[in-house]
Amino acid sequence: MGPLTVGGLSVAWLTLIVLIPLAAVVVRSFDDGAGAFWDAVTAPQAVAAIRLTVIVSLIVAAIDAVMGTLIAGVLVRDEFPGKRIVNGLIDLPFALPTIVAGLVLLALYGPNGPVGVNVAYTRVAVLLALLFVTLPFVVRAVQPVLMGLEREAEEAAESLGAGPFTTFRRIILPALRPAMLAGVGLAFGRAVGEFGSIILISGNLPYKTEVASVLVYGQIESGNTTGAAAVSVFLLLVAFVVLLGISFVARRGEGR
Amino acid sequence: MKLVSPARRDAPSSRSPSATLLLRSVALGYLAALLVVPVGMVFYRAFEKGFGTAWDAVTTPPAQHAFFLTITVALIAVPANAIFGVLTAWVLAHYDFRGKRLLDVLIDLPFAVSPVVVGLALILVWGRDGWFPSTDVIFSTPGIVLATIFVSLPFVVREVLPVLEEEGTDQEQAAATLGARGWQVFWRITLPTIRWGLTYGVILSTARAIGEFGAVAVVSGKIQGRTETLTLYVEDRFQSLDLTGAYAAGVVLALLGVTVLAIMTLLQRRHGRI
Amino acid sequence: MAIEARNISKRFGDYLALDDVSVLVPEGSLTALLGPSGSGKSTLLRVIAGLEVPDAGTVLIEGEDVTRRPARTREVGFVFQHYAAFKHMTVADNVAFGMTVRKRPKDQVRARVSELLELVGLAHLGKRYPSQLSGGQRQRMALARALAVEPRVLLLDEPFGALDARVREELRAWLRRLHDEVHVTTIFVTHDQEEAMEIAEQIVVVNEGRIEQSASPAQIYDQPATPFVMSFVGPVTRVGDRLVRPHDVQVLTEPGESGEEAVVTRIARLGFEVRLELLPPEGEPLTAQLSRTEFEQLEVTEGQIVQIRVDPTGVTKEPVSS
Repeated sequence: MGPLTVGGLSVAWLTLIVLIPLAAVVVRSFDDGAGAFWDAVTAPQAVAAIRLTVIVSLIVAAIDAVMGTLIAGVLVRDEFPGKRIVNGLIDLPFALPTIVAGLVLLALYGPNGPVGVNVAYTRVAVLLALLFVTLPFVVRAVQPVLMGLEREAEEAAESLGAGPFTTFRRIILPALRPAMLAGVGLAFGRAVGEFGSIILISGNLPYKTEVASVLVYGQIESGNTTGAAAVSVFLLLVAFVVLLGISFVARRGEGR
Repeated sequence: MKLVSPARRDAPSSRSPSATLLLRSVALGYLAALLVVPVGMVFYRAFEKGFGTAWDAVTTPPAQHAFFLTITVALIAVPANAIFGVLTAWVLAHYDFRGKRLLDVLIDLPFAVSPVVVGLALILVWGRDGWFPSTDVIFSTPGIVLATIFVSLPFVVREVLPVLEEEGTDQEQAAATLGARGWQVFWRITLPTIRWGLTYGVILSTARAIGEFGAVAVVSGKIQGRTETLTLYVEDRFQSLDLTGAYAAGVVLALLGVTVLAIMTLLQRRHGRI
Repeated sequence: MAIEARNISKRFGDYLALDDVSVLVPEGSLTALLGPSGSGKSTLLRVIAGLEVPDAGTVLIEGEDVTRRPARTREVGFVFQHYAAFKHMTVADNVAFGMTVRKRPKDQVRARVSELLELVGLAHLGKRYPSQLSGGQRQRMALARALAVEPRVLLLDEPFGALDARVREELRAWLRRLHDEVHVTTIFVTHDQEEAMEIAEQIVVVNEGRIEQSASPAQIYDQPATPFVMSFVGPVTRVGDRLVRPHDVQVLTEPGESGEEAVVTRIARLGFEVRLELLPPEGEPLTAQLSRTEFEQLEVTEGQIVQIRVDPTGVTKEPVSS
């Protein structure tokens, strides 16, 4: 079986499983014309959902950037008993089904939660769910880079009189930037499309806690597949633009 | 003059101990609040009313069916993606062709698409008003299988490709000069070389397949006892206000997930990847 | 003639790796393809092996045209610079591989494997894995593996390039001895001219995809066909418009007879040799190499003006275009 056949089979599989279905979404979104597309995307409920999704995802990405780097730093540079286990735990959001993630957060931060905190049906719930599922991205992106950093640059800075914070800001952080941005990109992309972890805890209240994916789900259930397709395509575009922006910032940073 | 030890010193050099402690506490506190305690709560809630109640909740006929359906779907989707993954990785590693970069990006598409959109896409292709309408796909197991294959597609490729790229083609060329035919090279040289990458890819793919929710929620119709996977069952129990049932089923899934994690970590450590 | 490459051309994209190259390799000989990085020597070797397909030209092995045949059927043994060991197999299984894929009977395989391990000095390491061997041992395993199926030709691609200098020297001599014992037509690629000069019977100097010269080591050194060959294979210095070997530059302190004047700018004592750096009044600096005895007889000091002459019986070069 020559390489051409194998390559052809791969492409055929990819086309059947991924490309054709996605193409169907794009096509369907314009089925009733560009006008209908625009209407679907600018309907007040859609605007609210998309806006909520993008804003919360951006906030989550920012928090992930900070906390993810911090956690990576602690895992790489610090020593304490049980570190190995903590390191393994980071991947838990990857291993847990999203619906269970939602359940998990609900157990602690919902009604009947033991600590009396109840964020169910609020936007904080959405934030919480997205923080959970995107936790590993920045950590795992930054960790290997941090591990591979040559200590000599930091030692040189130290010998020249830089304090630890300055060293971090001017030596370590720039080196981590590309990995951080890569992780942030992945986190953002994931957050924008997240569904399972949000539906239980957010209550899916339109205009309040309804995210884009839930809106699309609702539209599918009510048979409005064209509208669902339109919002999906638009959301994909928005995500694409943001990701492009992130990679642009990353590229510019490297050039300096 | 201080002796410079190898680059991987873990001890912080001049940071004050209180700063270290602070950072450590913040990190661990965040993880506890976001990850550990919530997961612990689920276990607690599941077994709150006793182990027996929990057990009963997950052994009802619909629960058992959900479990077996989930496993069946995974048993179809994962091998399919494994074969695709190995073949695709092989082609990507060995040949340069126009559109190779595009293929690379396309393989990552399932990571970028919301699960709900995946479900929508499948309905638009196979549903009643779709491109290839069929009554056997949507609201039926094949639809669930297709959705699961979609979302778990990239894992094997992404794990196997770097291994192939790092090893290079020297071994395979050596085997060729020694007289091995194409499939002999693949079977005796290529496959053994990628066995760890393949294993990790299969494990990750399986975890993803078992855990899929959004796409399957759209595509399956959530018909209890017919097209309800374990993740759908959790949601179903929740919406039916059977919290114990929801938590119990959630624990099953959580245990599956944690087991997957543990196996991966163990294998990685034995194999020396950590 | 064991191997004949005729008019081989090979292009990689825009890059012309081999430009109408022809080489003859006699039966049973040990030939070196010598040249700098990127000269095309490895490409030529791989074309002969069948691991690359030439854009033009023919390859004949023992008179047979094998140009269109895959490596598998050419009966060539190939040894890679980075060993290409089958990491998941034991040393014995590695060596046995060629026979295993040909489905030879197990006892025959076992006998041949121990015979070969004995030959390459790895007799008791059969059960080890390549990762447990040193670089030099891995390369010897690779050789045993290649020899196991009795190839018509043995091709080695910078076989010692990845090894320490010491191991390199040892294996160099060892390869020569092995060749004397086994007598397989062997071609090896190297960029180390000392290596080529030391063990090869025939040296093919390759540069920028072309053959500069194909001759014995002595001829390569004493009668280099081009300036490139001369400067690649030994030290050179420029006298006027000619390339000359530093040890052919005569330094005289007595004026008279023909000879150019030059100032001694530096004296470097290198143990048994002494190198003098000289500067003629109008011209490029040049180097002369003297034996310690010659130097002591001369009694020159830095800053002294001396006469230089090129030994007419030594090797001289065609005029060099500057």
